[in-house]
Amino acid sequence: MQMKEYKPLIVAFCCNWCSYAGADLAGNNRLNYPADVKIIRVPCSCRVNPMFILRAFQRGADGVIICGCHPGDCHYTSGNYFTRRRMALLFSMLDFLGIERERTRVEWVSAAEGAKFAATMNDFAEQVAALGENKRLEDLRCKR
Amino acid sequence: MQTITQKQLIDKAVSLLESGTVSWVIGWEKGEFDYDITPAVFKNAEDVKEKFVWNDFCGANFSKYLIAQTGKCEGKILVFLKPCDTYSFNQLLTEHRFDREKVYAVGIPCDGMVDISKVKAVCGEGISAISCDGENLSVTTIYSDAPVLVKTEDALLERCVNCKSKKHVAYDELLGEDGDVIDSARFDEVAKLEAMTPDERFAFWQNELSRCIRCNACRDACPACTCEKCVFNNPNSGVENKAAANSFEEKMFHIIRAFHVAGRCTDCGECSRVCPQNIPLHLLNRKFIKDINEFYGDYQAGAEVGSRAPLVNYTTEDLEPGEIFDRGDLDA
Repeated sequence: MQMKEYKPLIVAFCCNWCSYAGADLAGNNRLNYPADVKIIRVPCSCRVNPMFILRAFQRGADGVIICGCHPGDCHYTSGNYFTRRRMALLFSMLDFLGIERERTRVEWVSAAEGAKFAATMNDFAEQVAALGENKRLEDLRCKR
Repeated sequence: MQTITQKQLIDKAVSLLESGTVSWVIGWEKGEFDYDITPAVFKNAEDVKEKFVWNDFCGANFSKYLIAQTGKCEGKILVFLKPCDTYSFNQLLTEHRFDREKVYAVGIPCDGMVDISKVKAVCGEGISAISCDGENLSVTTIYSDAPVLVKTEDALLERCVNCKSKKHVAYDELLGEDGDVIDSARFDEVAKLEAMTPDERFAFWQNELSRCIRCNACRDACPACTCEKCVFNNPNSGVENKAAANSFEEKMFHIIRAFHVAGRCTDCGECSRVCPQNIPLHLLNRKFIKDINEFYGDYQAGAEVGSRAPLVNYTTEDLEPGEIFDRGDLDA
């Protein structure tokens, strides 16, 4: 039996107003980024609740990245400031429980930054691929 | 041994009931054993005289009980608050969870409560009677003839060993002396874990959390967990009221439980006290408190009414989530 090549599964939560449009721009400009990145559109990065992130890991994600507007540019004025605090605390807690800190990231990508979006995803996918499969937050019942 | 006596508390409760200042009293009564003192609502002076108990096992924090009881009672409710309970009391007032006008709060000093599992570690199971004997607890078991003496000091609850405050931050009347806020070593254990490698931390938590039986006692006892509809009771969540079937669920439950009270947790330690499996749950809460203090400035939930919790607040200069670890490495 041939071993299947390992490819990380990455979930990207992108805010509707900046990062999702940034991803769109990356596509329009024919920039390459890994096909293993699955984008989930959220109205604002602060819509992402810690449960979403844990659920993504449970269902087989190897890395989770949250993209939003740059601080100060939130469509709802202050949403991403709350994201920033929440995610700082959540990531610190995941690290405290011994889960690899490289599996999670927050990145601010504006609608004009298609190139940054592609570069960020390439970099993050590489980083997660180096870690290998997500073992510490996996749910065996959800294994494909 | 508590400085204030059971008789003083009963006299206070009875006089307030008889003068009509209060209609009900929230207090402690004896449970099945001498050491499982449970919260109770007393509705007349006879009950108080007969059943009210105050000793080294009265750990229960009454702040949360006020939410349900103030809704039911016509008049005022008398509640006895230990210093750490007053922080939860303030926090619930900040969140508008009960009507302050319907409560008569009496602050009582506390000399630390006893952890029965520490007593059992010395004396074994089968405890038939425990009484306070000066600095010692006199424990009688069904297997021994003579009572065993355990020093109260050695059997204190973890939260009392690292007591953060003997000062009452809210009361209508104070019995005994008020103490001071203590500069305790409560974050030492968290710092010790932080200094470990991720593999060691993972092994530590895997070992601790795998004991969880999902009884939800930590959630039910927590004075900050006051949602009427809890995410863990949602039948669509897939984690509703059931034993943890996978190590992922244990971790998820505990991360989410701690996260939901982050910034509002007063560090009263009820979660660890009620845990039947002795999981050090307070460490998760303290990790959040420690991080909040380090990232966003010192904050003690419940220290004053009306303060804005760190997670519903922000500044434009906050740390980026990517920067938190770089900082940690610099510190180390």
